[in-house]
Amino acid sequence: MTLKLDKKDFHSFLQNLMNDYELFAPVQVAEGVAVYKKIEHPLEAARFSLNPQKPAKEVFFPQSETMFRYGKVGVKTEVTSTEKVERKRILLGARPCDLQAVSLLDEIFQGREYSDPYYINKRQATTVIGMGCSQPLSTCFCSSMEGGPFSRNHSDIFLIDLGEAYLVEVLTEKGKAFEKNPFFKKATQKDLKAAKSIEKNASNQVGAILSLEGIERKLDQMIESPFWDRVQERCIGCRVCTYLCPTCHCFDIADETLTTKGQRVRNWDSCLSSLYSQETSGHNPRPTNRERTRQRLMHKFNYFPKNVGRIACVGCGRCVLYCPADLDIRETIKEIQKG
Amino acid sequence: MIQEKLRQKARELLESKAVDLVIGFGEGSLPLRVSPVFIRNPHEVDRLVWNSFCRQNLSTYLHKFKSLKIGLVVKGCDSRSVVALSLEKRFKPDQLFLIGVPCQRMVDHRRVKRAVQGEILHVSEQGDELIVEGKDFKTRLNRKDFLYPSCQVCVHRNPVRADLLMGEVVEEFSLLETHPDMKGFLNKGVEERWDYFEKETGRCIRCYACREACPMCYCPECFVDNSNPKWMEQGLSPSDLEFYHIVRAYHQTGRCTACGACERACPMEIRLTYMTEKLNQDVKELFGFETGVDPQASSPLSTFDVEDQQEFIK
Repeated sequence: MTLKLDKKDFHSFLQNLMNDYELFAPVQVAEGVAVYKKIEHPLEAARFSLNPQKPAKEVFFPQSETMFRYGKVGVKTEVTSTEKVERKRILLGARPCDLQAVSLLDEIFQGREYSDPYYINKRQATTVIGMGCSQPLSTCFCSSMEGGPFSRNHSDIFLIDLGEAYLVEVLTEKGKAFEKNPFFKKATQKDLKAAKSIEKNASNQVGAILSLEGIERKLDQMIESPFWDRVQERCIGCRVCTYLCPTCHCFDIADETLTTKGQRVRNWDSCLSSLYSQETSGHNPRPTNRERTRQRLMHKFNYFPKNVGRIACVGCGRCVLYCPADLDIRETIKEIQKG
Repeated sequence: MIQEKLRQKARELLESKAVDLVIGFGEGSLPLRVSPVFIRNPHEVDRLVWNSFCRQNLSTYLHKFKSLKIGLVVKGCDSRSVVALSLEKRFKPDQLFLIGVPCQRMVDHRRVKRAVQGEILHVSEQGDELIVEGKDFKTRLNRKDFLYPSCQVCVHRNPVRADLLMGEVVEEFSLLETHPDMKGFLNKGVEERWDYFEKETGRCIRCYACREACPMCYCPECFVDNSNPKWMEQGLSPSDLEFYHIVRAYHQTGRCTACGACERACPMEIRLTYMTEKLNQDVKELFGFETGVDPQASSPLSTFDVEDQQEFIK
């Protein structure tokens, strides 16, 4: 069913959603810098065209998450679980690339091998209102990664920015619960036509220019290749590309303790950090940046495809945009493909 | 043309085997950006570029190459880092050939991006003008309006140490009286300063790009990563973020060359140089010392002198 939402009603619409749901949306934290956050007030939600620096994975897999708390009460020790999600949630405004990435995280956190209650509970409690990407950047390559700026996959409701209003497409059963929202109106033929043309424009801007065919097999042969010496040379070994990557999902678990209480926390971790693979003995199987930069690419384009049959890159372009040394994963892919 | 001279010198150095490797700036894949290049083959020297976007401090890469002879392209600030690192004995005295470039002050691509509507797809430079083009626009901007804060107040644009200078020595003067962010910071009251610091550090994602981009941050194990003793947790609590940023800045006291690499590397655009700039100012006032300017003078915080100021001992 196709509806529309006038932008003048946008904040009232958000307020309406917030009555029953916790609302997660892009929030501007500095000029031109945004993250997905739980919003307390409709005016917090940023409606600017830039894809937030930090990807939407954070809504389901926070950078730092308490797994349980413990403490002494009298002579007894009490443990409090933090698994449960108390209120239903909405993720608003996520781009198709970020949602495709969430579907990749699903393969890990609710996949064949593991069921992660922290992730699954959040995922199940959340209705996803995706947003068509009408102004993709030159760094976007989602169309090469089985996605596209208007891919509806993994959205329950999908919005298209028409200028004065959003076109609202209800796509799933979960989404249907919102059909009767008082701020939704019926879309006209004109709206539908406008949306089509916006979609076509955007899709034309992001061509499927990057060939990924056979990259897994190519990489099979490259573990000892001198190629990695060149890749690592420029890399300064920070964690920007892994933390801002919507598909990277490594974490480390730590106990934060005080004398009589504490909590177990999991924090994002990065294969680009030397500590990541450091063993208790002091031995490090990935002793230099060469092994670490190789790991990052191998995981995305070789190990992940081997394990779940999909490439773990969605072409959002964040690693290209924010790399302090201007390393470009597209060039790296091209070089691998050239052989 | 500086770029031509750079290429020619790099070719000579590589062909004569005076160096094994030249580290310089190369074309980035995005407009308004350059990317460090590592050249071993004299036939590849044409990858070297010189323009207003050479924002990185390449001396941070020196830690990677312990045994090679390196030709390093340095701006004023980068050369100061090399001097400071030499005093900290990070490489052998004859390991480096410094290809110095008097700097025209670098342009902040983020500021340029904000000045136009739409994505910038191409940029070129003509004198003091940037010609910026996108899908539906083409505009001319004055490069002076888009400089990095650390470049606006730079008074060491000429390399303090170089084996060879590319281009004419430039006049040393600051464009502004004080670093704009530091001025704003110092004008605040104590509580407001804390609020500002808390707001800036509050969006830190602990990617440590600031640490890795900084040539002076080279500890084999950073205090944030110590697990025994554990100085801090690994999460995003405000106290941990603030702790990291205070200690990172303080570890730079008397060692920072104000190159701004930390701030430029931050993906969350956290203001960082107002702190290091203030520390630099303090060190200058208290000890008359500027990092990396005098190749013989070690940082006052790593030396002892009986004449040292001791008023703080009460």
